Formats: sequence, structure tokens, C-alpha cells
Amino acid sequence: MNVSIQNRRSFLKKSAAITIAPGVLLYSISQAHHAEKPVKSTTRWGMLIDTNKCVGDCTGCVDACTEEHNLTEDVPVEIKPTWIRKVTLRDKQTGRESSLPIMCQHCENPPCVDVCPTGASFKRDDGIVIVDRHICIGCRYCMMACPYKARSFVHEALENQKPHSPRGKGTVEACNFCVYRIDTGVGPACVEACETEGHQAIIYGDMNDPDSAINQKLKEVSSSVLRPDLKLNPGIRYQGL
Amino acid sequence: MKILTILRKLGLVLSLAIVVSTVSAGETSTLKIPKAKQNFSAEQACVEPTDVMRRQHGLLLKHYRSDTMRHGVRTLEHSLVACINCHVTADEAGNYPTVHQGSEHFCRSCHTYAAVNIDCFQCHTSQPQESFSADMGPVQSD
Repeated sequence: MNVSIQNRRSFLKKSAAITIAPGVLLYSISQAHHAEKPVKSTTRWGMLIDTNKCVGDCTGCVDACTEEHNLTEDVPVEIKPTWIRKVTLRDKQTGRESSLPIMCQHCENPPCVDVCPTGASFKRDDGIVIVDRHICIGCRYCMMACPYKARSFVHEALENQKPHSPRGKGTVEACNFCVYRIDTGVGPACVEACETEGHQAIIYGDMNDPDSAINQKLKEVSSSVLRPDLKLNPGIRYQGL
Repeated sequence: MKILTILRKLGLVLSLAIVVSTVSAGETSTLKIPKAKQNFSAEQACVEPTDVMRRQHGLLLKHYRSDTMRHGVRTLEHSLVACINCHVTADEAGNYPTVHQGSEHFCRSCHTYAAVNIDCFQCHTSQPQESFSADMGPVQSD
């Protein structure tokens, strides 16, 4: 009996010695990064796009997205991946034209999640809607369900993907709000590009945080969502439509 | 009768020769795994003890993957990007091998030997990132 207790003690001592040392080291490394804890459901990421500031012939956001996620494969235009696109709206009565980018609207009640047979299409607790491509079977129901035409399908085998943005043949993909940037406290690539272009038409942030710029702006100005009749409550809102 | 025994003996010698030659062939094709860029710490080569990494790296990656995908947890220790950054080393010309060609790639060197097919790299890049990226911090190099 004594022997077995001794063994157990020495085993515990040894295992403690093994695990404590790297634990200390890991702590010091991980201090440099923000995303150690799971995202919270009290957060709701969103964007407010000011269509009055969005310039018709500027494609800064689209180019930045293409660069950030390497959506550069040489395929026919019908199957080109489109995570974000510029749309021009024209009022027939007045002739007024407004330009706006359309991407995944990160709905509160996303139809793409409703129809997904495998659970690959899902909404994170913080409101970002993404595809888990590990379990996506490429059935494309979500593409049909999305009223915003926001999703694309990868038809050809890919090479040279970016380390932070894996993509592959046979899976559906869409704007992911640059989650890996959001998780580490950096804004989406399109927002950054719009600022660099000097237009500042997009602001992003936690819509639930009363101190955030987007929350305050939404209180102040009139904004709308696309297809409000569907009651999807998108996270992307537009000003000046 | 004598001819039969001679034939039997000959057969035995032949089969022995075959066994010996296969064993020596096995010895010559020893597994060559490229060294990582640096040790994790003075006591430990990798993020977990080597025997744990050898047996459990698939499980660790899968666990981390769902933490990251579903819950946005992005730490360095069990991330595939961090594995690739440290373990995939450049050849003499300074080029990084990809998992799709040659046997110099860290993952492929062992998975080919063990005849285990992995499909991580249909989507994930098998080469280290070259510059700073917001998600993983600067590349560690020595």
C-alpha cells in the first residue's frame, strides 16, 4: 500500500514538474494576443455604411478583400468568388444614383444557417455568420437561401492560400467579417481600405456597446437594412439609401 | 529423393535471402523528418512533450480548430499556422517545400512513411507565412 502511494506521489510530482514549466512560458507568449477567451453573446459586430460617402467608381473595399483572402484564382467570371461587390442603385423617379458595397449581411436570423444540413453554416455568439469548411459538404443550399447573393462556391482546386484565410475546393464561402482580425482587435480589411482611400464610408464595431462609435452613430442618424421585409435583422446597415 | 531435399534447401536459402534483402532495404529507407526551426523551451522541444505530440497532434489540432472556428479562441500553442511556421524549413536554395511535392515537407515526410492521407492542405497553406499578420504575430525565425 505504502509503495503504491509513494509511486502515486512521485508520479504527481513529476507530472507537475513537466506541466508547470511550459505553462508559464505559454502565458508569456499568449499575453501578446487578445483572443484567449471565447467570444461573448453580449457582443454584436456590425457595420454602418454611408452610401453618401461611398464613391461610385471606387473599388477599394473589393480590392482589399480580394487581396486579404487571396480570391485571385483564374476561373470564368460566372464562378469567380465574390465576397463583396459594389452595386449602384438608381432611383427611377429622380435619377439619383447611390453606390454601396454588398457583402454577407451577418443576419441575426440567418437563412443560410437554417437550411444547412450539416451545421457547417453557423452564427458565432458575437453575431458573425461563417462557414465551418471542415464539415461543409458543398451542397449549396445556403447559397440558394441567402437573399443577398452573398455566398460563393469554390469550383476548382486552389493553391497559395493565405495562412489566415484557408479556402478550398468543394466548399461554400462568404465574407467572414475578417474574424481572425476582429478576434485580435483589428478591423476588417474593407473598412481599413475605405479609410486609406479617404472616404471613411464604413464604420464597424460592437453595436451593443454603448461607448462604441457605431452604436452612437446608429442612435444619431437614420439607417436602414436591405430587405427589411424578411425580418432577418442584418448586422450590416446602410445610411442614406 | 536427393534432388527434392536439395530443392527444399535451395528454397529455404532463397526465402532467407529475400527476407534479408527486404530487411536491409527497410534499413536504408529510414525516416528523415526535417528539424523544427527552434525548440519551444529549454526543457521541451515542442508545445507538448514529444511522445504526446507524436500520438496526439491530430487530436490537439482538431480540438483547437473547433475552439477557433466556433468560439474565436486564437492562441498560438495548438494552431496549425504556428506548427507550419516552426516546422516547415527552407531548403538550401531558401525555398519552402509545399506538402504537394517532394518529401522534404515536415508533415509529408512522416505521413507518406505511415501511409496516412491528410487533407488539411487542400484548404490550409502548407508553407510558413512570410511577414507579420494580425492573427498570429511575427514569424519566429532564428
